Amino acid sequence: MRPVIALAGQPNSGKTTLFNRLTGANAKVGNYPGVTVERREGRLRLPDGRDAVALDIPGCYSLSARTQEEAIAIEVVAGLNQHAEPDVVVLVVDATQLARNLYLVLQVLELRVRAVVALNMADVLRKNHMVVDTDELTRQLGVPVVSVSAATGEGEQALRTALASVLDGEPAPADSYPSAPLNGSLTADIDAVEPAVPEAWGRADPLRRRALASWALMSLHEDDELWGLPENLRRLVTDRRALAEEQGRDLDLELAGRRYAWIDERMGRFITEAPSTLRRLSDAVDRVMIHPAAGFLLFLAIMAVLFDGLFTWSKPAIDFVEGLVGAFGAVVAAALPEGLLRDFLVDGIIAGVGAVVVFLPQILLLFLFVSIMEDSGYMARVAFMMDRVMKSLGLTGRAFVPMLSGYACAIPAIMATRTMERQRDRMLTMMVVPLMTCSARLPVYTLIIAALFPTPEEPGGTVFGFASVQALLMVAMYVFSTVVALMAAAVLGRTLFKGAAPPLLLELPPYRMPSPRSVVRMMWERSRLFVTEAGTVILSCTVVLWFLLTFPQEPTLSPRLAASVEVAAAAAESGTPLDAAQQAALDDEVAAARLAGSFGGRLGHAIEPAIAPLGFDWKIGIGLVGSFAAREVFVSTMGVVYGVGDDVDETSPPLRDRLQAESWPDGRRVYTPLVGLSLMVFFALAAQCMSTLAVVKRETRSYRWPVFLFSYMTALAWIASFAIYQGGLLLGFA
Amino acid sequence: MARASTPPMTLARLPVSETAVLTRVGGHGSYRRRLLELGFLPGTEVTVVRRVGIGDVLEVELRGSRISLRISEAESLSVQPRGRAS
Repeated sequence: MRPVIALAGQPNSGKTTLFNRLTGANAKVGNYPGVTVERREGRLRLPDGRDAVALDIPGCYSLSARTQEEAIAIEVVAGLNQHAEPDVVVLVVDATQLARNLYLVLQVLELRVRAVVALNMADVLRKNHMVVDTDELTRQLGVPVVSVSAATGEGEQALRTALASVLDGEPAPADSYPSAPLNGSLTADIDAVEPAVPEAWGRADPLRRRALASWALMSLHEDDELWGLPENLRRLVTDRRALAEEQGRDLDLELAGRRYAWIDERMGRFITEAPSTLRRLSDAVDRVMIHPAAGFLLFLAIMAVLFDGLFTWSKPAIDFVEGLVGAFGAVVAAALPEGLLRDFLVDGIIAGVGAVVVFLPQILLLFLFVSIMEDSGYMARVAFMMDRVMKSLGLTGRAFVPMLSGYACAIPAIMATRTMERQRDRMLTMMVVPLMTCSARLPVYTLIIAALFPTPEEPGGTVFGFASVQALLMVAMYVFSTVVALMAAAVLGRTLFKGAAPPLLLELPPYRMPSPRSVVRMMWERSRLFVTEAGTVILSCTVVLWFLLTFPQEPTLSPRLAASVEVAAAAAESGTPLDAAQQAALDDEVAAARLAGSFGGRLGHAIEPAIAPLGFDWKIGIGLVGSFAAREVFVSTMGVVYGVGDDVDETSPPLRDRLQAESWPDGRRVYTPLVGLSLMVFFALAAQCMSTLAVVKRETRSYRWPVFLFSYMTALAWIASFAIYQGGLLLGFA
Repeated sequence: MARASTPPMTLARLPVSETAVLTRVGGHGSYRRRLLELGFLPGTEVTVVRRVGIGDVLEVELRGSRISLRISEAESLSVQPRGRAS
């Protein structure tokens, strides 16, 4: 068995940078069972050549927990419940904020685990002529303390050596662990709760059992969201807290205060006084960066670059990927005989791989921006500046970047929600981001607007004599989606994701130069996860959709069409084939008949009663089924449905003309401006995107959330389109 | 407690670069617990580093660490001013 080394530390302590340094390039990324907390594991080589497993525990200011997600830290550090106890815990400490970081160190050491303290930011200390007395720290804490710099790699070898010697050494004797002073009443509280600490947690070590009792006193609460704790532990904690309150005592204050009392007493011996120059540069930068006027303008400029980058910089790469996939498909198509296998490979597999790869440019770009913003410290400033606005919607300031990215594409935006610490905030953001007008909706809007609404040159094409109706509609769709997304956030935040408005206790870490290595690593890791996990779902969905839209193979053609096909075949045989245009038109017509007869086509028929109240016929129904692959596929699906071929885009005149000419059996036009409006609203609100659902499934590790997302968005879309169409009819619009 | 009639000074109203000693840490539940665990304890010296208008946020320094909190939430922290930090 390889030894397990867990890294714990406070946010911004440099824990993840150190983890990356110790483990090299590859980390296995997964989830802790039952929660959506990410578990990162890597291989750490010890100086003697042995391999160990390194675990990156999510950053936390303390081990106390009110939610199951927060409880992961103590469960992993102490090896509670289903978690195996690590052989050594590396406590990563930001030496420039020593007192606060020591609080977590004490909490962990009280659990009597074997540990090494990695005193990070040695380079920053030196630059500021500060000295930490590591010998005194080692003496007081009873565990090895190694000075390191995760940023420069200084002390890395010493840390590996210390880890090896702790692994080989005997467990430290009991009296070498620090113990913060206790007052009499607190001792009584801990004594009262200790018997209820599960046998399996305590290792029959009385000191550890008392530490866990003290953890329970601070963590358990009537409204906590912790699972699987023994009922009697819960009851005893509640009793003791009630008793303390009766006596006018402040239990939380006493429990936190005793550790700080220990720290405050020794700080003078640990570190030379922090000079006030420590933050001078960073503070100077912040005078501009978070200035009410200059800072805000800078923020807008940075967001504009991010947004524009996502759109325009990714465009050539997306076109390139699409061209490559198309060319590859053509090569395969040319090499294989016509038939089912060829169709499956080209339209199922290759198209499916293309559907996955096409997201990579935007994912890479967004994570390039996000990791630079995170590593430089700017993301914390964004959270800081956006707090007031986002709080009013029940969101955190950190939701701003994902929400903004949602205008480009929901897939990377949902992946970017992981910079949020609280589970509730992440879920809430993930549930509303897909409502933003993403770029895949634009071709649909363009087609509908161009086909059904007058250009400025046509009568009725302008409002107030100058504003183009077509342009106004496009803007209106953006405004509409934004308003709905914000309203959805406000409603979901007060119902399904009820809970206190996100509290704000955040750190503005000093500005740092982002390391290219960690930026590239983040981009690589996120892309790889997307391809391997969400990608497989997207590929299978593409194949399923291909199957639905292709089978059964031989639909019954209408007598007229069957006759034309026969005539064409006979003509070809007699050496006088149809000219190319006639043949193409016939092929398109057959393709339309095939699609209509496929399972997907029948599905479109089957849902007609459900979508007729929105003004949609079964052909639009097929388009809705097909657009599940990606919204813009609606355009080419409609091309096939209307027999003008799948090689159309949103500006193709033949498709536009067909839409305008299309009528119901009773002669009424199918596509009136009212139907167009209803259809656009449907596309704005419905979760017509399997990739979004696949990514939500990957990020939440559950089918529940994608199902919920799909249901609520579809319901919202149906109701809104119904209201618009039926309301419009009542008001006399045709 | 001689001036019981004047409301206690709070962290939210402490001017920038002024230092004060925390006298009472209010707030509720896990938010308060977290404040305490970050070192917001009665008797601790706190200095206001800056306030940011567009964010309704206050950045403070205590025990050599920096933490930001909402101005509205800093209302529940009572302080005894000490004077300007040099």
